Amino acid sequence: MSYSNIAVRKFDAVIVGAGGAGLRAAIQLSESGLKVAVLSKVFPTRSHTVAAQGGVSASLGNSEPDHWTWHMYDTVKGSDWLGDQDAIEFMCRKAPEVVVELEHFGMPFDRTDEGKIYQRPFGGHMSNFGEKPVRRACAAADRTGHAMLHALYQRNVRARTQFFVEWMALDLIRDADGHVLGVSALEMETGEVTIFHAKATIFATGGAGRIFASSTNAFINTGDGLGMAARAGIPLEDMEFWQFHPTGVAGAGVLITEGVRGEGGILRNASGERFMERYAPNAKDLASRDVVSRAMTTEINEGRGCGPHKDFVLLDITHLPPETIMKRLPGIREISIQFAGVDPIKAPIPVVPTCHYQMGGIPTNYKGQVVVPLGDDPAVPVPGFYAAGECACASVHGANRLGTNSLLDLLVFGKASGEAVVEDLKQMPAEHRPLPADAIERTRERLERLDARNGGESEYETRLALQRVMQAHCGVFRFKDKLAEGVEMILDVEQRVGKVSIKDKSKVWNTARVEALELDNLIEVAKATMISANARLESRGAHVRDDAPDTAERPNGRNDTEWLKHTLWSRDGNSLAYKPVKLEPLTVESIALKTRSY
Amino acid sequence: MDRDALNRLRWRCTRRALLELDLLLGHFLDTRFADLDEAQAQEFAELADLEDFALWPLINGDQEPKNPQQAAVLAMLRSSRTRNPA
Ligand SMILES: Cc1cc2nc3c(=O)[nH]c(=O)nc-3n(C[C@H](O)[C@H](O)[C@H](O)COP(=O)(O)OP(=O)(O)OC[C@H]3O[C@@H](n4cnc5c(N)ncnc54)[C@H](O)[C@@H]3O)c2cc1C
Repeated sequence: MSYSNIAVRKFDAVIVGAGGAGLRAAIQLSESGLKVAVLSKVFPTRSHTVAAQGGVSASLGNSEPDHWTWHMYDTVKGSDWLGDQDAIEFMCRKAPEVVVELEHFGMPFDRTDEGKIYQRPFGGHMSNFGEKPVRRACAAADRTGHAMLHALYQRNVRARTQFFVEWMALDLIRDADGHVLGVSALEMETGEVTIFHAKATIFATGGAGRIFASSTNAFINTGDGLGMAARAGIPLEDMEFWQFHPTGVAGAGVLITEGVRGEGGILRNASGERFMERYAPNAKDLASRDVVSRAMTTEINEGRGCGPHKDFVLLDITHLPPETIMKRLPGIREISIQFAGVDPIKAPIPVVPTCHYQMGGIPTNYKGQVVVPLGDDPAVPVPGFYAAGECACASVHGANRLGTNSLLDLLVFGKASGEAVVEDLKQMPAEHRPLPADAIERTRERLERLDARNGGESEYETRLALQRVMQAHCGVFRFKDKLAEGVEMILDVEQRVGKVSIKDKSKVWNTARVEALELDNLIEVAKATMISANARLESRGAHVRDDAPDTAERPNGRNDTEWLKHTLWSRDGNSLAYKPVKLEPLTVESIALKTRSY
Repeated sequence: MDRDALNRLRWRCTRRALLELDLLLGHFLDTRFADLDEAQAQEFAELADLEDFALWPLINGDQEPKNPQQAAVLAMLRSSRTRNPA
């Protein structure tokens, strides 16, 4: 490929990602009359948002009294006080508005008898500041994400948003002043690279759950936005915080919903013991996600796991009447047969705690502007750069996300980032800032390396090695020595990533090449995660260390004196910096620090 | 199917919205696809072009296949167990 006369396309704004966050942002821009390009690795309605089933939260109060301040309290508490209270207030206050707006876009929400949006309870969402569960989750059957994405896509079609489908953004383009001027991107159908030159760039690239060997995330979640940001000198925030779901099918990752334990499913170790009785005598198998995940991990670590490698436990529903299984859990039976080779009517399902959601990401403020430390100010907007959705860290989820708050995050911050772009562009000159001479340098270097090298490391083996290191050294339950070892090991894997070669050098639809480019992103996320986790010497939310146990002085191992702060990992020298948590909301009183217990 | 078409199919089989389908279609492509005749291969490519929530009910039998040819390919897909894939 010749890089000297590379095609350049000019837009007011370019959005990378067409999941919930990207599509919501695009509506804002297109409807304001801006010229906007949306890039996606897949057709928009194939984005991973489709997989979300549970619902989207908003204090509509349709079935019983509810208030955004209660939602805010739950979110701050869920975050283990690491969430920024200005952003959390913003999100919870905006929730009813964005959900009703979505309804007007054509979202087919389930209805109450009076025709209002039906709401159901969901873990961690309570009324009256933590008193009792409240119905706050709005859903469209068990296809909330799917329905949401279709509604947003249709609205974009109406607004004539321009889509670039099966295009992969490769690198962020910044000039010498640090302004973001767009991205380079690969069209898979031709293998050609184009520069998307824009006054504003929004990243909405989703999560990076594929850094772990066991993940509920689809293959597409390779953290491209995070990799691109890191390579362009933007730090990543709070990457040590990953939510694990207790029951992913061992070896496959596919999610088995909490509903199975709700129907009476029991977790057992190698000797058939119902071990949750020891860890949570009251709630047993229905204890909260993190408690169950840690109990399972302890069983496995202490040699009571099942199978030849003693590396999973069993989810047993064989005691339930087959009719119940067929009637209430047909989808789960299918998943189990297909991915575990087990009919759960006859035998228990092998399960392991499985990576589910990334709380950290590209640092932004509540307007969706990407912010970095500059001088004494920990959060100065990077001109022209915005992020929203799972790739961003606003930070509303802090150390632990509440279920249904992610779809809400997409709507609120997708919209906010769009609004911020519209406003910011009014202050910018009509002309695009010129592209720097080295605009394509980073991309060229990466592609030429793959074109030139032969006989190097296999992409597949290297990715597997990366995933195994993350799983074994930085999983649900973290150990001081394993983390320290993990840092060394992941830096070794990084060396291997630099030597990956591909056999197929063709251009058109070259999946091997694309996967090698994705691996460049996975390794940045993996390093950020491992190094941030190794350094945070407390337990908080989803980050739990053996050397920061639950004590009277430090309940849950949380250490607010030293660690009530956000981590910022930078690629350059793998250096770490920290910035304060924003404890001041926008209009209400701060929610004071407390021990997180349910 | 020529190489470009096959590569495109690979992308569309392994970058789905649902992990279930990434695993299933990717595994099928690696282990069984080569045994299909041209018409069956075409049928599979058409299935792979469906959205996830259109394809999944066909695979798990909640929805009737549109013709015997599609039914045959779906049966192969269903039987290509993906136990413990990497
Ligand atoms: C199984 C499962 C169930 C879930 N259920 C719920 C739930 O019930 N409620 C809830 O609130 N949350 C749920 N979540 C979490 C939630 O679904 C996700 O956090 C959310 O959908 C992410 O949306 P997004 O818009 O940020 O990214 P995505 O929907 O993942 O979209 C990312 C987009 O970026 C594009 N992209 C990525 N990289 C590139 C690149 N290099 N170039 C071009 N395009 C690129 C992709 O093509 C895609 O269009 C669930 C998650 C999983 C895995």
